[in-house]
Amino acid sequence: MSSKINKLPGIKLKEKEMYSLIGLVEDMPQAKYDFAAGTTISKFLEGLKEGKILGRKCPKCGRIFVPPRSYCEWCHVATNEWIEVPQTGEIHTAVITYISTKREKIERPEVVGTIKLDVPGYRDGEYEFAGLFHKICVDPQDVISGKAIGMKVKVRWKPKEERKGNILDIECFEPL
Amino acid sequence: MGVLMSRVAIVGVGWYGFKPTTIDVSFQDMMFESSARAYANAKIDPRYDVDAFVDCQEDMWEGIAISDEFAPEPIGGALRPTFTVAGDGLEGIAHAYMLIKTGHFNVVSVESHGKPSEIKTLQDIYRFALDPLHVRPLDYVNPLFYAGLDAVAYMKRTGAKREHLAMVAVKNKNNGLSNERASFSTRIDLDYVLSSSYSIYPMTNYEIAPFSDASITFVLANEDYAKKLTENPVWIEGIGYSTETGTGATEWHEWGKMKSFRSAALMAYKMANLNGNPQVDFAEIEDRFSFMELLALEETMLVKEGEAHKMLEKGDLNRDGFLPVNPSGGSLSMGVQLEATGLSRLLEAYLQLTGKAGNHQLKNVRRGLVASWRGVPTYTSMVALLSV
Repeated sequence: MSSKINKLPGIKLKEKEMYSLIGLVEDMPQAKYDFAAGTTISKFLEGLKEGKILGRKCPKCGRIFVPPRSYCEWCHVATNEWIEVPQTGEIHTAVITYISTKREKIERPEVVGTIKLDVPGYRDGEYEFAGLFHKICVDPQDVISGKAIGMKVKVRWKPKEERKGNILDIECFEPL
Repeated sequence: MGVLMSRVAIVGVGWYGFKPTTIDVSFQDMMFESSARAYANAKIDPRYDVDAFVDCQEDMWEGIAISDEFAPEPIGGALRPTFTVAGDGLEGIAHAYMLIKTGHFNVVSVESHGKPSEIKTLQDIYRFALDPLHVRPLDYVNPLFYAGLDAVAYMKRTGAKREHLAMVAVKNKNNGLSNERASFSTRIDLDYVLSSSYSIYPMTNYEIAPFSDASITFVLANEDYAKKLTENPVWIEGIGYSTETGTGATEWHEWGKMKSFRSAALMAYKMANLNGNPQVDFAEIEDRFSFMELLALEETMLVKEGEAHKMLEKGDLNRDGFLPVNPSGGSLSMGVQLEATGLSRLLEAYLQLTGKAGNHQLKNVRRGLVASWRGVPTYTSMVALLSV
């Protein structure tokens, strides 16, 4: 189908001409999006505003998804039941960060990690769990010593009047 | 059956959306809805019965870098072979076809979605598709220019008049009235279009497809599985895709033609052991700009060069005509769903061939052609030839 090109059009540049042409053309994307949270995540965010953590249960395998999902990725069926889950759990793993998202040094190191929530019906031995990825208000030294892992924690909410229905309504998880 | 001899069929489809906005669902919810419907349609469990998953999307449309990481979960592909094609859904169908032809995959699913309603700066993203070095700095440039440039050159070459372009819009906007997915169908006549102001000469707003949100999932299978799974397999006789040039080299583009359609069509026809016009009963053909329907009909060789506008004028392309083109109402009626647009046209062709097109069902159709373009400012086209 393709025909052979014997001679490319255009003028061939000499090496000297080539390297005298280097320049930079600056431009910036204007990219703005409004991500629809959908009915499921919307209800979760409304729950946070009210100081509740809501999950969804899969009717087939019984897994409870926090954050909630409209579907169970393991069974590929729609989840169909809302469950209010406990606001306590344990630190599954944690990390101390000394830099920001943009890799700039930050004043005070922050601890972030995943919290495995005390969710009933969770099956032992499975690696996935109902939980949240969030900031953890513990001494970074506890992460270094290993004391933080497995530590019992609970949600520290923002004051009610400051909550906006987003994930930052939870200030962090703090030791129980 | 020998692997190379085994044909590839579509055995199920699901869709969600085709609406100007879909605030009720996240993009993942939408993917789940369409894929769950496709698997139900094919009567399979994706967690056991699908051997590989193909997803088609583009990061800048998604608003997520490395968005292929988000692909597997909603479509049933977690911890299963899944990959993303950063292109139109029909290119994903071609990849699924190839996977099945290797003999290592019996059943493969293909999902594509577009949620343009969530992109607040859609035209800026389009602008970002322009060559950064010598096109973007011309700040009056709009990617729609490319469609206008091709339209003018096409009219000059073929003798098609401005009225013919308007006729395409009238036909497709009215065809869509009996299609539940055609959110932008409307009862208009020629005078109405001709008396509207131009958006990009020679086209008015009625001749430029708007955007809609949708997710579409197809399930493909090899011949043995297709026969087991459905009584109505739709065979992919041939599929082709081609890219001519990027926006950094449009000076090389042959204006008023679409070589990528020609190459993609030749590739598909060769696969089907055909030489030239495949003699289809109907076609779902690119029409996101009115003139493209006429141009694509000629470049895919369904009609002779310069004849498309004459056939249109005679009514040959009407739903009851000699060659029904876009009985669904096309993109002018259904909108453009970004990378899912090709699958929206494949969906219409599939429904026609299985007799499930509802109010816009054609009679006695056994072979159809789908030809889709990735839209401005691309020169990428895909062609699929289907039969029952």
